[in-house]
Amino acid sequence: MGHTIVEKILARAAGRDEVAPGEIIEAPVDMALANDVTAPLAIAEFEKAGFERVFDPAKIALVPDHFAPNKDIKAAGQSKLMREFARKHGIVHYFEVGRMGIEHVLLPEQGLVAPGDVVVGADSHTCTYGALALFSTGVGSTDFAAAMAWGRVWLRVPASIRFVYHGTPRRHVVGKDLMLHTIGLIGVDGALYRAMEFSGEAIDGLSIDGRFTMCNMAIEAGGKCGLVGFDETTAAYLETRPEGSRARRVRQVFASDADAAYERVVEIDAGAIEPTVARPHLPSHTAPAAGLAGVAIDQVVVGSCTNGRLEDLHQAAEVLRGRRVHPDVRLIVLPGSQQVYLDALADGTMQALVEAGAAFSTPTCGACLGGHMGVLAAGERAVATTNRNFVGRMGHPESEVYLANPYVAAASAVAGHVATPEMLERGRVGAGGRSR
Amino acid sequence: MMFEGTAHVFGRDVDTDVIIPARYLNTSDPAELGAHCMEDIDAGFVSRVQAGDIMVAGENFGCGSSREHAPVAIKAAGVSCVVAASFARIFYRNAINTGLPIVISKEAAAGVRAGDRLRVDPAAGLVEDLTQGVGYAADAFPPFMRELIERGGLLPYVKARLAEQA
Repeated sequence: MGHTIVEKILARAAGRDEVAPGEIIEAPVDMALANDVTAPLAIAEFEKAGFERVFDPAKIALVPDHFAPNKDIKAAGQSKLMREFARKHGIVHYFEVGRMGIEHVLLPEQGLVAPGDVVVGADSHTCTYGALALFSTGVGSTDFAAAMAWGRVWLRVPASIRFVYHGTPRRHVVGKDLMLHTIGLIGVDGALYRAMEFSGEAIDGLSIDGRFTMCNMAIEAGGKCGLVGFDETTAAYLETRPEGSRARRVRQVFASDADAAYERVVEIDAGAIEPTVARPHLPSHTAPAAGLAGVAIDQVVVGSCTNGRLEDLHQAAEVLRGRRVHPDVRLIVLPGSQQVYLDALADGTMQALVEAGAAFSTPTCGACLGGHMGVLAAGERAVATTNRNFVGRMGHPESEVYLANPYVAAASAVAGHVATPEMLERGRVGAGGRSR
Repeated sequence: MMFEGTAHVFGRDVDTDVIIPARYLNTSDPAELGAHCMEDIDAGFVSRVQAGDIMVAGENFGCGSSREHAPVAIKAAGVSCVVAASFARIFYRNAINTGLPIVISKEAAAGVRAGDRLRVDPAAGLVEDLTQGVGYAADAFPPFMRELIERGGLLPYVKARLAEQA
C-alpha cells in the first residue's frame, strides 16, 4: 500500500520507514514560529518551566505582526517581551518592524521553509506553507514553548483527503474561490484533523501565490494541513529565494503514491466555479458574488496572510486602475511584507491603488482580526480578502465580514456593494445596487 | 479528578474569536482574559458562571485561531471542564497541553440542557446529568494524551524527557 505526501514527510521526520494515520509520533521541527500575540504566552511558560536555552536559535522565527507597529501600550509591552527574548537567546530570524511582514507571507518569501520540512507555528494559518510540498501546522503557545526547548513536536498522523480540481478556472476565479467553494462544500469541520491535498489540472495551472491562499485556508475547513505536490511552479519559486536560504539548500521532495490511501477523494469542476464570497458568519456560508449586489458595504480590506502577496495586489490594481473607490467606502490595502510593499511601489501597483483612493498600510495582521488598522463599528459591513468572518472578527460583534478574492474586493470597493469586475464592466452597479 | 457544576450550553462551531475576542489579545493576563470570555455571543456568561461550572457545546468547539488565550480565558472564567461533540484540532492540543480538562461526547452534547447539574469524570469517560438522571459515555483518550494529562501538560512531559537525555 502506498502513502500520501504527508505520511512520507512525517515518516522521514520521525526516522521511520512508514507511518499510518492515527499514529502519534514525535518529529523534530525544521522551523518553529510565533508572533507578538502567541510568543508572550509561550515565553512565560518557557521561563516558568525553567528552560534556559532554545534548541536551535536558527530554527525559530519570531515575527511582530499582529498588533505591530504597536497599537497601544499593552501591545508595545508584548512586542518588547518578544524582542528581549529574541536578543537574549540570539534568535536569528527575529524580524523587526520595517523589515518584517505577515508571518505566513514572510517565511516562504525569505526562504526559511523548504520542501519536505516539518514546520510548526503558534498561529493557525501556519498551514500556508504546504503550498511548497511540506508539512506545516498551527499549534498553541505551549506547543511552541516545548518546540523551542525540545526541538520536537508530538503529532497525530492525519488521514488525507484528496481534492481534485478538474478543468480551467474562469476569468477572475483564483485560488481563493477554489478554496471558498471547497469549504462551502465540506463545511468548517469537513476536513477536521485531516490533511487536505490539492491536485488536478486547475492546481497544476495555479500560481504559487494562489496555492499559498488555498493551503492557508485549510484550517477554515478544520484541516491540520494543506498540501500541493512539488512541480515546476514550486521549483521556480524556490529558485528565486534569497541566496543561501534554506529554500535554496534543502529539497526533500515527496510525492503521493498512485495507490496511496485517501480517506476520501473529492472531485470538483473548477471550470464551473464563479467568483465566490463567504457571507457572515462562517467561511462555509458561500455564495456567488454576482448574486449579492444588494449588500451595501462600508469598508474593503485587501491583504492578510491569505491574500497579501504581490499577485493579490496586482489583481486589485487591475480592477482599480482608472476607477475610484466609492465615496461611502474605505479601502485599506495591507501588503504582506516589506518586499511585497517595495515590489508594489516599484511596479506602479501602489500608485494605482492610492490614486484610486486606497489607504496603503505597513504590513500587519491588524485589520483581519479586528486588532487595529481598520476595526469595524456596530452595523458596519466589510468585504475582505482575509480568512475569517466570525462574529466580531473585524471589530464590533454587530459588524459583518464577507470574504472574497482581490478582484471581487476591488470591484466591491468601486461599486459600494458586493460586486464582480464583470458587473463594473457592464455598468451593472451603482445607486440601484447599493441598498441596505 | 471529578468535576461537578452547572451546564452552560452553546451550539456548534464555537470559534476562538468569540471565546476571547482578538481585541483583548494585547495581554496574557488570565484574569483579564477570563473577564471577557464569550462576551460577543453571550454577554452575561461571565457574570452567570460559578466556579466549577461546565461548558457543553456541539461539534467543532474552539475552531479558528490558535490562541491559547481561549483555554486560558475559559479556565480563568471559572469553568472546570468542557464537554463537546467534537473539538477543533488546535483547541484540542491546547487543552491537553495546558491541562484544561475536555471531554468528547456526542450524546452528552445533544442531551444536556442549559442549567442542568452535571458530574464529569474525564478519566472514567463519564458525563452524568444529575438533573435529568442520565449518564453518557465519553470517548477515551489515546494513551499518549492520557500520559500528558497525567503529567499535568506538555511542559512537565518535555522537562522529564530532556532530563532523561541529560
